[in-house]
Amino acid sequence: MLGKLSLSAIPYDNPIVMVAFGFMIAAVIALLILVTALRKWKYLWDEWLTTVDHKRIGVMYIIVAIVMGVRGFADVVMMRSQLALSYGSHYGYLPPHHYDQIFSAHGVIMIFFMAMPFVIGLINIAVPLQIGARDVAFPFMNSVSFWTFFVGVVLVNISLGIGEFSKVGWMGYPPLSEPTYSPGVGVDYYIWALEIAGVGTLMTGINFFVTIIKMRAPGMTLMKMPVFTWTALGTNMLIIGAFPILTVVLALLAMDRYLGTHFFTNSGGGNMMMYVNLFWAWGHPEVYILVLPAFGVFSEVVATFTGKRLFGYKSMVYATMAITVISYIVWLHHFFTMGAGGDVNAFFSISTMIIAVPTGVKIFNWLFTIYRGRLRLTVPILWTLGFIVTFVWGGMSGVMLAIPGADFVLHNSQFLIAHFHNVIIGGTVFGVIAGFTYWFPKAFGFKLNEKIGKSAFWFFIVGFYVTFIPIYILGFMGMTRRINHYTNPAFQAPMWVAVSGVGITAIAILLLIVQMYVSIRDRNKNRDLTGDPWDGRTLEWSVSSPPPHYNFAEIPAVRDIDAFWDMKKQGIKHSRPAQYHDVHMPKNTPAGLFVGIFSLLFGFAIIWHIWWLTIIGFIGVIATVIVRTSNDDIYHYVPAEEVKEHDDHHAKQALAQEV
Amino acid sequence: MRKTKLPAIIKLLPFLLMVALSGCSSMAVLNPKGQVGSDEKTLIITAAILMLIVIIPVVVMTIVFAYRFRASNKKATYKPDWAHSRKIEAVVWGVPILIVLALSILSWVTTHSLDPFKPLSMKDKQPVTIQVVSLDWKWLFIYPEQGIATVNEIQFPVNTPVNFQLTSATVMNSFFIPQLGSQIYTMAGMKTQLHLVADHAGTYRGLSANFSGRGFSGMTFKAIATSKANFDDWVKKVKASSKTLDASSYQQLAKPSEDNSVEYYSSVPPNLFESILRMYMATTKAGSSS
Repeated sequence: MLGKLSLSAIPYDNPIVMVAFGFMIAAVIALLILVTALRKWKYLWDEWLTTVDHKRIGVMYIIVAIVMGVRGFADVVMMRSQLALSYGSHYGYLPPHHYDQIFSAHGVIMIFFMAMPFVIGLINIAVPLQIGARDVAFPFMNSVSFWTFFVGVVLVNISLGIGEFSKVGWMGYPPLSEPTYSPGVGVDYYIWALEIAGVGTLMTGINFFVTIIKMRAPGMTLMKMPVFTWTALGTNMLIIGAFPILTVVLALLAMDRYLGTHFFTNSGGGNMMMYVNLFWAWGHPEVYILVLPAFGVFSEVVATFTGKRLFGYKSMVYATMAITVISYIVWLHHFFTMGAGGDVNAFFSISTMIIAVPTGVKIFNWLFTIYRGRLRLTVPILWTLGFIVTFVWGGMSGVMLAIPGADFVLHNSQFLIAHFHNVIIGGTVFGVIAGFTYWFPKAFGFKLNEKIGKSAFWFFIVGFYVTFIPIYILGFMGMTRRINHYTNPAFQAPMWVAVSGVGITAIAILLLIVQMYVSIRDRNKNRDLTGDPWDGRTLEWSVSSPPPHYNFAEIPAVRDIDAFWDMKKQGIKHSRPAQYHDVHMPKNTPAGLFVGIFSLLFGFAIIWHIWWLTIIGFIGVIATVIVRTSNDDIYHYVPAEEVKEHDDHHAKQALAQEV
Repeated sequence: MRKTKLPAIIKLLPFLLMVALSGCSSMAVLNPKGQVGSDEKTLIITAAILMLIVIIPVVVMTIVFAYRFRASNKKATYKPDWAHSRKIEAVVWGVPILIVLALSILSWVTTHSLDPFKPLSMKDKQPVTIQVVSLDWKWLFIYPEQGIATVNEIQFPVNTPVNFQLTSATVMNSFFIPQLGSQIYTMAGMKTQLHLVADHAGTYRGLSANFSGRGFSGMTFKAIATSKANFDDWVKKVKASSKTLDASSYQQLAKPSEDNSVEYYSSVPPNLFESILRMYMATTKAGSSS
């Protein structure tokens, strides 16, 4: 009846896990009580859970990303303290079966459930507004994307208290992830969390690709698109090309585990290197899926806060597209040590280094945007400058790893760990925090506290260097990744420096949370009534903050790359439509949420081999989609008077604040 | 009583100093003891210097530009529509292209010369062959020419090429002696090769550099480079061991175990390595299904 599930699946004997899981349950219960006490269920249901509004969906992605980021950081604190303590005759406080789950969960969470949703959340909030669209191409599919992604998050969190998570690292390499070596449910949690969330991501990719190609405002030719939209286009092209590979490779692994096939097993003619190849054929594009939108954010931020047109727009576009294409042909650099031979290794080495060219060009273009500009040292700019001086070192260590002869001694070492954290934190994380701060007033109608934001930046960047310089050094000392104990005395000092760096970063994260609290508390002092708090250049700043759910009363006509800047120069930024029309918009629907609930049943049931529930979940997903697609009554009209009323109100407020 | 509070950075100084001082000798990768490792160290440093040609100007420009063109500095030129310059574009594309071109040539040449499968040619030196099998969670080393086997320890003569042939009887691992240079994966049913040499006598740490499960952290071994005479003595010592490796004691050894101590086996069945390799090869299995 319940498959492999029994009460023994709960790790009572592990106090750390039980406390963490208990805390999580307590937090969920507290949230439910809070919503009930405030009588917000109807609001939550009408405005958020059933929404198809891209801005709301974007906000939900980012909330989940922040929560999961905090959880991923808790893993960091445990791993780093374990490593500092676990030397010689001391074995620290985390036994291998727990430690191995933590580093696996840390990787999965930070990549799939922190960085990905943060990036997708920003794309959701900004892209339709930037291109002058009223919503995405497929609003219902957008809601399904979010809820299936959320199912992945829920599954990973359930694994904390029911059963276990994968112990084989975030890449899930076979044969270690095969049932012979990993008989538990950990790898199954990993597979199904990523399969279900991955389907959502693929739908996001299709959705935004179509949105950007088909729904731009009249006049916005491809070469007049804002650079963030360009990078979003690149990212979504990469998602469309790469995510099916992940879906297939994990499905093959699932077949090995569930049906006894031999795709990647040691015996029966399986070949694990096929998994490794396919995994990285997705995995390397994934790196650029994460970093391209961050590049886009920096481009917007630099142009806005220098009050100057972005330097070398065409170069930026070509560089973005060059990165998009080349990133498909570099994957083998993740395993030069397979022994592929000189010609193959050299090909992938050189293709990898070629990516450094467009990336370098982008960095110079940001610098020359600052040159002859008027740089306002705001929080997003601090993150941007911090990114430039940090990311280049990650690029440098990356090119070193791209040379097979150097990789042979640095592969899988702490140097590699330092490298990819250097580019993912220095690139993506700095980028999403910059983007979050930059678009926050647009999404919520008030600014974040500058002062606390600045101190958070300084703690974060100092914490980053204090953590990762020693980790680079540990790589040169020959320390490999994923060990939980060592006997080399030389590792001790850098380990403790790294721990202190984690402490400094923890202060930064705390400050970011305090910043959020203070900003919400003081929101009435920091209102953005104009809709254009930063003197922006692109269309999202031409509407009120927050924008009405239909975004634009009238679809704007675009003449220039910096469309809104151009309108301001012409003095038509406050121009109002001569006549208001009804606006055609999609209705909210709970169907996406139901797809999510059935997917969750499906995922949980298949992990625990509860077959009847697996079938119910699967049929539920299909049935929900069929019912939804047979419904023709999915649109409504926003009356012209309502649109006009909003515009009147906004114009009055904007005028009041500007004067 | 006076309390002085030291800023965090000053408290860290002793640590940083320790790192810096211990750096030279403890940074295994930058303190190689063999030809392969030395070449790789040179390669790392050359590549780093080539890239610093771009990176240092970028960091300096970031700070200088941000300071010079700060909003409060009204003396600085402000050209809000200046966004294109052929000269600058040529430089920002040209310089990275030239550096990547140089790095590509460097990579092409060294990737071939440092190919782990390529034997090292040393005149008048008969190489030593060591067959390596990764097990859960220890290393089995077979000396086919000497007819001996060991666990978690190898010895070999200094200034003599060592030919490693590697495979796995379990999940994938990576065989790595940081101070001697290159690592290579060990994979079941596949044979990889690695060629190393030690220029200096000494005991070097060896490890698995690819996560392989619960006992991974303890999967370390000693690689001892020594004189020819000492090596011969060591072989004699191993041959005098009471333990032998045969089919049943191999089965016992292959069972998962953690933090293994060093073992010596005075004899080993010929072709043990090949039979482990064949156990997982696709061709033999295909036959069994027909």
